[in-house]
Amino acid sequence: MRTGCETSYEFSAYLNRFFESRASSFSIDFIDCNQNLIKTVQFHICKLSFGNSIYPSIHSLPSTFATLKNIYLHLEMNDFIAARSQMALSLAFHIIFSCIGMVMPFFMAVSHFYYLKTGKPVFRNITRAWSKGVAIFFATGAVSGTVLSFELGLLWPVFMKNAGPIFGLPFSLEGTAFFIEAIALGFYLYGWGKFNKWFHWFTGVVVGISGLISGILVVAANAWMNSPAGFDFAGGKYFNIDPVKAMFNDAWFSQALHMCLAAFAATGFAVAGVHALMVVKRKNIEFHTKAFRIAALFACVAAILQPLSGDHSAKDVANRQPAKLAAMEAVFETGTHVPLLIGGIPDEKTGQVKYGFELPGMLSFMISGNSNSEVKGLDQFPVTDRPPVLITHLAFQIMVGLGMLMVLVSILYFFVLWKNRNFEKNLWLLKLFAFATPLGFMAVEAGWTVTEVGRQPWILHGILRTKDAVTPMPGIQYTFYLFTLIYISLAMVVILLLYRQIKMVPVKYDVNI
Amino acid sequence: MVYVVIAYLWTAILLYLLLGGADFGAGIIELFTSDNNKNKTSVTMSRTLGPIWEANHMWLIIVIVILFTGFPEIYASISTYLHIPLLIMLIGIIARGTAFAFRHYDAVEDFMQAIYNKIFRYSSFITPFFLGIIAASAVSGTINPDAKGFADAYIFSWLHFFSLSVGLFTVCICGYLAAIFLIGETETPEERRRYIVKARSMNVAAVISGALVFLAAANDHVPLAKWMFGNPVGIASIAVAIGSLILQWILIRHGQKIIIRLLAGLQITMLLVATTFFHYPKIILFSEDRYLSLIEQHGDEKAIESLALALMIGSVFILPALFYLIYSFQKKQPSEI
Ligand code: HDD
Ligand code: HEM
Ligand code: HEM
Repeated sequence: MRTGCETSYEFSAYLNRFFESRASSFSIDFIDCNQNLIKTVQFHICKLSFGNSIYPSIHSLPSTFATLKNIYLHLEMNDFIAARSQMALSLAFHIIFSCIGMVMPFFMAVSHFYYLKTGKPVFRNITRAWSKGVAIFFATGAVSGTVLSFELGLLWPVFMKNAGPIFGLPFSLEGTAFFIEAIALGFYLYGWGKFNKWFHWFTGVVVGISGLISGILVVAANAWMNSPAGFDFAGGKYFNIDPVKAMFNDAWFSQALHMCLAAFAATGFAVAGVHALMVVKRKNIEFHTKAFRIAALFACVAAILQPLSGDHSAKDVANRQPAKLAAMEAVFETGTHVPLLIGGIPDEKTGQVKYGFELPGMLSFMISGNSNSEVKGLDQFPVTDRPPVLITHLAFQIMVGLGMLMVLVSILYFFVLWKNRNFEKNLWLLKLFAFATPLGFMAVEAGWTVTEVGRQPWILHGILRTKDAVTPMPGIQYTFYLFTLIYISLAMVVILLLYRQIKMVPVKYDVNI
Repeated sequence: MVYVVIAYLWTAILLYLLLGGADFGAGIIELFTSDNNKNKTSVTMSRTLGPIWEANHMWLIIVIVILFTGFPEIYASISTYLHIPLLIMLIGIIARGTAFAFRHYDAVEDFMQAIYNKIFRYSSFITPFFLGIIAASAVSGTINPDAKGFADAYIFSWLHFFSLSVGLFTVCICGYLAAIFLIGETETPEERRRYIVKARSMNVAAVISGALVFLAAANDHVPLAKWMFGNPVGIASIAVAIGSLILQWILIRHGQKIIIRLLAGLQITMLLVATTFFHYPKIILFSEDRYLSLIEQHGDEKAIESLALALMIGSVFILPALFYLIYSFQKKQPSEI
């Protein structure tokens, strides 16, 4: 990181930031007015103690630095940033597989149901093709989930030591749900023609239901980090623990609802998009059209409901995490009649927003139904309690923008369906769906970025700071690089396998056996 | 209630060792089989293990969840001081799980198969090896919370002869369990004979590496012999383990597969009893006689209570379903479409 500092005051503000971020070392380039480098001085921050509290101290700061015109700092990637990045990477990876694992079983159950009812082989073939894809995603989701349950401890031992007993209940119930899911999956994938056909179909439904339940439970755990409940906190200790209250915290419902809808919308758009593309390419048309219809129906219903649930979430955030809302909407100053900002690039240093478009009074109105009401801005919070504004705001804009786009596509789809049931001839609509393939997952990633980055600097909102929770082990950047490499290669292989599955549809799946 | 949770913890560890172990072992057997037979093993394996594969690995998740909900301090200190072996084990789990699925579900068979196979076999070895290292390091007294240097705190906490030998021993046990399992799943007498030979050689390897464990323990000042033979429970369980081992050697050719499997399971159970009984409830032994104990360091009462309830409710659903799954696919050939 390089930052120009004009004044000594700014410089000391930066230093404070670096301590906040627990940099392990930094260097300062002393530069003359012609930008020529005079000298680079390396500083090391030594950590006085490990564990709950870490106080950096600087060995030797030259007292003359303030007289220099430009001071540049560059910061190596430090362990704290690395730990956050590794956690974020692992979750961003896992969430894709868990969405698919939650939703695809329902798609399969529908097409399987049509097959059992009508006996049309095309539905059996769709179920068969989907089940292979799902098996690949399941294995990847299961291992990445296993990694996550270890990473919570590997990266955030201090957090887990305190939080484990409080929010462990949803995780332990989730364990049961996963187990049931894994068992049902065994029956479903390997039980074709061996059991009563409705029992076999039912095991497929159980896979979906238990996947959905486990998703809800784990989101309830995350919601607890946003909205801590079920304990009293004093003097760094956690008392009167009530795991049930912790699980049913204020945020669990709005987050879980929004997440479930998101999973259906994202997976639905992805699946529908791929099949739409194949129809456009005139391959196995009946097969792909039928598959498209199943996925598109789920996707479009979920996408249309999503803004409603999102609106509910935003009101919720305004109540429980006003700093997060202020960052999402880039509200720097508290006020009434606060406008809703569309787009725009907020600058945290100056508190200004460039290039934005404002709808007067809308934000106040959306949050409380009255455009006169007050919205808390970032000025209400000490600098050290503010989340990063730029990332949170942009991510929020991306999610909402994509969400609106998906609503538009969905409404178009229902309109065409209503006007003309043979829409498959309308190639433009299918092309639109093909274009929309990744949108849902992009919105999911953006939405989680809002939730997680917007919670900063807290790992447990208002109680425990992220930097106090990180592991004392140094060298995390290397494990982060390693995991990046692993996840990139895994993603590539999964994409290759999926491509091959789709390529083989005419040979392996869309055939009558 | 804490005893209920501890019982679940112990059982989950045992089941992971038995079921997950047999699963790892199948990969280990593939690794140490002549090229001709590698594919046969892999076909037998995905036919028999396919349906229960996901479930086998759930036990590990249960162990972790019990640890962080019920014994957060223990979880936090394992994951701090044994960060590196845990990380390597995780990479093994990722590599193994995905390679297993990919080689089965890749729609095109080409050179990628060879890559999946290689990854699957090596990670089948590495993962239980590091599981063994982690288990051994937890009780070997080599974790030093006061260590200053990186190497002392995060490397020598787990890198020593004792842990390495336990890792090797774990690998042999897994291979042995897999061979015993596969004997019952073969379709030709020739294949059966092959697995019997494998089971015997894995068994010999396990005995040798077991001896190595004792030597390493003596070298690293781990009072292993005292734990195992210094108390009646230890002696009795070792005796039962040896007894069932001898019975297995006798019955391996003609005995019923279910009896042989039960005997092998009994043998491993007794080994786990012998190794855990003496220092129970201490589960992590640090240097200088400091320790973390399941009784003294358990988490909040309320949390333990709800965890125990969740586990009991969970097992009402899981156990019958799991039993029915295993039973069904013992009777029926798995069939995919
Ligand atoms: C398909 C994906 C998708 C779409 C189209 C939307 N969202 Fe979203 N959103 C998510 C996927 C998502 C998510 C990834 O699932 C999040 C992250 C955490 C959560 O519970 O859901 C999320 C979080 C999230 C939050 C933060 C909740 C919190 O921190 O507790 C708010 C306020 C909104 N969303 C609001 C909206 C609005 C107003 C939308 C209007 C179109 C919208 N979302 C569309
Ligand atoms: C419900 C499950 C989840 C839990 C329990 C969880 C927990 C955590 C924890 C413990 C951290 C590290 C501490 C911190 O930075 O505050 C973190 C950070 C993060 N997580 Fe999540 N998370 C969950 C879901 C997700 C998902 C699905 C994503 C997907 C993108 C995500 C994205 C991130 C990001 C971007 C960060 C880094 C924030 C920053 O450093 O500014 N999280 N999460
Ligand atoms: C919002 C975030 C998350 C959602 C919605 C979610 C959901 C799911 C779902 C549905 C599965 C089933 C397997 C599959 O479909 O492939 C799964 C797997 C798994 N997840 Fe997550 N998860 C999330 C985050 C986490 C976090 C933070 C953890 C860590 C504590 C975790 C741990 C696991 C584990 C251990 C598995 C493997 C279970 C199996 O073998 O089936 N998940 N996740």
